Order: sequence, then C-alpha cells, then structure tokens
Amino acid sequence: MKKLTTTPNIVDPDGLYAELLALHDGREEDESHAINARLVLILANHIGDRDVLRQAYALAAPELAPNNA
Amino acid sequence: MKKIFEVPLYPYVKSEDQNAATPARHPVIVVGAGPIGLAAAIDLAQQGVPVVVLDENDRVSWGSRAVCYAKRPLEILDRLGCGDPFVDKGVVWNTGKVFFDERQVYRFDLLAEDGHKRPAFINLQQYYFEEYLVNRVRELQAEGKQIELRGQNKVVSVDPGSGGVSLLVETPDGPYQLRADWLITCDGAASPIRNMMGLDFVGRVFEDNFLITDVIMDADFPTERWFWFDPPFNRGQSALLHKQPDSVWRIDLQLGWNIDKEEEKKTENVIPRLKAMLGDDVKFEIEWVSIYTFQCCRMEKFRHGRVLFAGDAAHQVSPFGARGANSGLQDTDNLCWKLKLVIDGKAPDSLLDSYDVERVHGADENILNSSRATDFITPKSEISRVFRDAVLDLSEKVEFARPLVNSGRLSVPCVYDGSPLNGADDTAMPSRTRPGAPAVDAPIEGGWLIDKLGGRFQLLAIDAQAPGELDVGGVPIETLTFDTRKTPSNAVRERYLGEAPSAIYLMRPDQHVAARWLTFDRDAVVSALQAAIGRA
Repeated sequence: MKKLTTTPNIVDPDGLYAELLALHDGREEDESHAINARLVLILANHIGDRDVLRQAYALAAPELAPNNA
Repeated sequence: MKKIFEVPLYPYVKSEDQNAATPARHPVIVVGAGPIGLAAAIDLAQQGVPVVVLDENDRVSWGSRAVCYAKRPLEILDRLGCGDPFVDKGVVWNTGKVFFDERQVYRFDLLAEDGHKRPAFINLQQYYFEEYLVNRVRELQAEGKQIELRGQNKVVSVDPGSGGVSLLVETPDGPYQLRADWLITCDGAASPIRNMMGLDFVGRVFEDNFLITDVIMDADFPTERWFWFDPPFNRGQSALLHKQPDSVWRIDLQLGWNIDKEEEKKTENVIPRLKAMLGDDVKFEIEWVSIYTFQCCRMEKFRHGRVLFAGDAAHQVSPFGARGANSGLQDTDNLCWKLKLVIDGKAPDSLLDSYDVERVHGADENILNSSRATDFITPKSEISRVFRDAVLDLSEKVEFARPLVNSGRLSVPCVYDGSPLNGADDTAMPSRTRPGAPAVDAPIEGGWLIDKLGGRFQLLAIDAQAPGELDVGGVPIETLTFDTRKTPSNAVRERYLGEAPSAIYLMRPDQHVAARWLTFDRDAVVSALQAAIGRA
C-alpha cells in the first residue's frame, strides 16, 4: 500500500500558505466553502489512490480512522 | 374512452374453493397481482406448477409508477414468453442529460453495446406492464395451464406452518380458507402479509417528498432522461422529465420534507408548478398525481419457511436508478426454478435458502446504489450540499467530475458473486460471464443467444465437444453447441471465450452462469450441477 506523504514536501511552505489563503481573500463564507470543496475534489482526483486518500481522511479526522496505526 | 386502469381485468368470480367443506389445498399461492406476482405465477405455470394468484383489487394499477424497465427484466419477460408487447409499446431511450441551475452540465449515453436483442432501457407505464402480463396469463390458460387469477380476494390472516400455509381470504361473498404448500408474497412495500407475520423491514427512511405526475402533452422534448439539480422552476430541489408511450410524460418534482401533502396534490397547486417547468404556452392534461416518500429497507430474510417474499414486499429502494420493479423481476426469476425443483423432489428444500442468499445480495446492491444516489440528490446536511454543488460546478468544466454526478445509477443485472450455487471458473474467460453472472446476449445464426437459454439446465459448448444430453439424478441438461467461426459476429467469442480457445458453460434455468471450464469433463459437470441445485 502506498503511504501518504507526511514529511515536508513543499519547497516554499510560506508561499504555499499565502497562496492558499489568497484564494479566500474577500470571499463570503459560503463561497469559501464552495472553493474548498472543489479543491478537495480536484486534489482527490489528482491523487487517485483510495488508500492514500483514506490515510489522509484519518489524519484529518482522527476519530474516524478505522485503525489508528 | 375508458383507460386501461379503469377496467376490471380480473373481476371477482366465486371460486369452487369457497364452497369446499375443508379448505382447498394448492401447491403454490401467490399474493399480489402486480408485476412481480404475475411474473412469478407465469413462470411457475409455464413449468407446469398449478398456481393461484390472489389480489384484493381486480384491475391494473393507476398511474405510471415503475416506469423504466432495464434490459435484463426484458430478457426475463422473453423467457416468460411475452417480451414483445412490452418492447413494441415501450419508449426506447439511451441519452440522459443533467442540468444544474440553468445550465446543462453533463450528458450520458447508456452506450448500448451492439449485439443484444433487447435495448438498455424502455419506458412503459406500469398499467401496461401489468396488462400485458395479464394477457400472458390468459394465453397460458387457453393452453390449458393451471393458472388462476382471483380478483377481490383479500388475505386477512396467514398461518405459516411447517406442513403448509393456511390463509383466510375475504371476498364479496364472505371469507373462505385456503391452504398452500408454498406462499409467494408479492403484496408490495406495505406488505400486509409481512405485517401479519410480524416480520421486520428495516433501513433508512429519507425525509423527502416527491410530487409525481403523468402529464399528457404534445411536446417536442427529445426522448431522453432529463434531470435537474436546483432548477429555476424548482429552486433548491430536483426535477425529472421522462417520456412514456401515448404522449404521456412523467414528471417528478422534489418538494422537500415539511410540506402539506394533501395541499400539494391538489390540481390547482400542481398546475402552476408544471407551467413553471414547461412554459406557459405548453398545453397539457394531468393523468395522475401522487406524492411519494421513500425508504431504503429490506427484510432480514426473504424466506420464512414456506413463505417466500419477493419484490417491494421484501425490499424497497428509492426510485433513482429504476431498481424497484427491475429487481423484483429478478427475484422471481431466481426463485421459480428452484421452487419447481423442490416441489418435484429433485432438489432439497435447502435450495430455497439460496434464493435468500442471492436476492439479499441483489437487494443490498440496489439499496447501496439508490441510497448513494439519494444522498447526492437530497443532501442531508449543508456540507453535503456544498460538495454536491462542487461536483456539479466542476462537471461542466472538467471530465473527472462527471462520473461523480449521481442522478441515479441505472439498474444493471445482479451478479451472484460468492453464491453457494456457483461452481468452477477459469480466468482465461471474460469476467462479465463469470459464475453467478446472467448470460450476456449475442447474435447467433438465425437469432439471439438469449432466446435459446433458460427454463432448464444447459451446457454451452463453444468451440468444444460435449454430449448432446445429460441427466444428473433426474435433472436433465441440454447441450447447445456453438462454432464461433460460424456466428454472425465476434460477440460470442468476445463475451464467452476471451483468451480461452474453447469453453463449456453450465447455465442455470434463470440464464445465469453456474460454472465454466475450458473443456468438457463429465464429473466436473455433474458436481457443478449438484452444487447448483443445493445437493452438494
């Protein structure tokens, strides 16, 4: 099973963070939620691997993890 | 002109049984003369099992109800000797379009593969469906088959015993008693028999209502399934438009949970909703209006001793995906050959437990698919709506989101993977025709493969040798030989051989694959047959 990358994997972390927040600049909350949902779907499709995604879900929502290994 | 659903098709006639000093006993009694009960009765009568059908009504149902019929049930109707009238009358369709707000975001084609006798889907009002089945019952009666349809015969009590089932039946001439060796219960989602027996029916109730209307109009909408999410004419809800025969259109409008059903059903409230959808200048007439609340439920077991439940009585799904009547027909398709073998003493009573295993598997598949569709169509929280709308937004722009759009996953035939009746497999052959799968049709010399199959066990010898006929403990097996060099297309080769140079398929009477091998081996076939009839 392919493992979810949990070590730093981004060259310019501050830049990434700023770009992500810039997406939401001046947005209404519902608009931001819509953007986030689209983003999750786009990235999930890009990753494609359901095992990797399940590890990501478990990291994001630990109480849902099937086996907290 | 009277509509077909206004005419008593099987009016009450007093039966000899009502004068009997001791309750008359029948091998099989079917309760419910809807599509599933009638199909069960026809199937058994064709096999020579005398059958009595009881229904509290005396006519076909009002309104289009189960409107979409898939290819597999049409093949089952062919096996029941009556597929043609359904397909001749039905509207064949292949294309679905999905709209979000005012935009078309997605279209799909059912991608009907070539080389099948029957189309992927037809639309047909349920009243025609029932009428054509009643016609088939009449035909069988004319041929001398013992099949009886008793209208205005309402079962008011049931006593299931190990030696037989006792029924008390209410009629216009008062009550009478009946006994049955086997009772097939097809009395619908509210199943009075299930309730009388105190049996469970558990699952999820969806907090939603749908206004369902049959509208007669001359409109130039194409023969396609149109589905709207959040359209301007039904904000925040969904809508469906589908064509039926006789210029009748089926329109489903989602209304939400907190509504006054009686108010919403009133013509003066329905008409403005339809005008908003169809436009002010479209002339239409309303044939039927209903409000539908649905659930995804099933009984824990479909077999309770000598009482067998089929169709909505055993399982109910949300309507998205046409998995109600279509799965009910697969129930009786699965049940009737088994019951015949058990009645004839050729298979152990335990064969009927496999009905439970195989059709519970089918019901679970349908419940899973229709629950998921319902969760997409009726988001159950704000965040699920956000994701739903994100999928719809993206589906217009990028391809990856389109398979996520779920306006109903349309009924596909059930494969009985993991069934105890399944025998040997060989992976050189295609997955789609593996043990448990229904036969895949293909053109053969002078017709269709599907028309040659069913009603008995059969061996298909494809580019292979096998004896013409076998008999395993009183169960005959007929051999059909095919030479793929002579078939009119590559379909038999592609669908049954795959990488294999030759193949032997053991087919069940319901046209499902029991086992398959590269070459004929008598012992292997005998043991597969034993397994397929529950003797192993």
